[in-house]
Amino acid sequence: MGRILGLFILSLLWLPLPATADDMETLPFSNLSFPEPETHYSATQECVEPEEEMRKNHMNYILHQRDKTVHEGIRTRQHSLEECVNCHTAKDEQGEYIPVNAQDQFCSSCHTYASVSIDCFQCHATKPERSSTLHKVSGGAVHHSDQALTSNTLQIPAAEGKDK
Amino acid sequence: MSENSKPVDPSRREFVVKASAATSAAAIAPGVFLTAPASARPADQPVTGDKRWGILVDTNKCADNCNDCVTACETENGWGDSEPNSAPEQRTQWIRTVEIKNKSTGYAKTLPLMCQHCETAPCVDVCPTGASFRRDDGIVLVDKHICIGCRYCMMACPYKARSFIHEDLHDQKPWAPRGKGTVESCTMCVHRVDEGGTPACVEACSAENHNALIFGDLYDENSEISRELQKHDSVELRGDLGLNTGVRYRGI
Repeated sequence: MGRILGLFILSLLWLPLPATADDMETLPFSNLSFPEPETHYSATQECVEPEEEMRKNHMNYILHQRDKTVHEGIRTRQHSLEECVNCHTAKDEQGEYIPVNAQDQFCSSCHTYASVSIDCFQCHATKPERSSTLHKVSGGAVHHSDQALTSNTLQIPAAEGKDK
Repeated sequence: MSENSKPVDPSRREFVVKASAATSAAAIAPGVFLTAPASARPADQPVTGDKRWGILVDTNKCADNCNDCVTACETENGWGDSEPNSAPEQRTQWIRTVEIKNKSTGYAKTLPLMCQHCETAPCVDVCPTGASFRRDDGIVLVDKHICIGCRYCMMACPYKARSFIHEDLHDQKPWAPRGKGTVESCTMCVHRVDEGGTPACVEACSAENHNALIFGDLYDENSEISRELQKHDSVELRGDLGLNTGVRYRGI
């Protein structure tokens, strides 16, 4: 009888546990860490588009901009890959830029996790070379890398928390 | 090539100049003209066919053994020593100096040779993917996102103006993306032109006071390049091919 009870308890351990609030911290991307930009796009917005939009659709913005730039000569900077690099590149202890696609840097941290290989940087520069022309404000607010996501729809923290 | 041997009657010339000015600028009132000052295109507007960019190379002004335009292009676009593992004849050359020689007289001349930005470009004709294209303002480019590296365009180009990259590159310039497996050539410094600037080679030539290169809009009859082309004769390289090149030469 004791043996049957033991097996029953063991089998319970193998059952998938129902999702609870405690499990949300292990949702995709929530515990990835990567360098945060020192500046924000504006006082109310961290990136060039709302953060949740950029998380999902950054590739579409870049793709669209790429064709506009190459074929039509439209060189607006808001959605240009160069401005991505300008903001999201970190510096090492010597003050030298680390390539944005190096391990654990901004681009590669998520793409490695999601097993998505990108080939932007076979051709494109991985370090800033000329200063940004976007008007930016100094940041300092922490977001996704410090705060666990609290839902499975990858929502960004409330807007009032962004201007700390 | 033909030279005007007959001296032009000054009064007649003056009349022609005035007449062309009158047709280009419609007067709506005395002293008021409809011509707008040349202005840069807004950054969010696509290029149009209203302009056609070109370069005039005056080889008479090219200094002996001068390589400044080539060096300037290397620095600007980052192609100079980017391929250490490739053979010299394989390495990228967006612009190079070429010596041409008249075999019967022995007269030799050095000139810079780059993509001639043809109106009917053979490289565009043969490209199987549409990567090789001509922008509306006449600049011929490679869209490296679409290029599959087949190198048909390199075979089609009568000027051997295009190069293929054989090895992995690092530290490219943000304004001049380049990568292994794609074909590239002179872009007429399209990133500068789009912001109202002039190509790096032209700038370097002027900086040395050689002024052998003139950049400008071929469709604007008041631009320096158009006035120069109107004043003195110039030729297209391999004019027999009828490509209507954007780069023209004088003194050869």
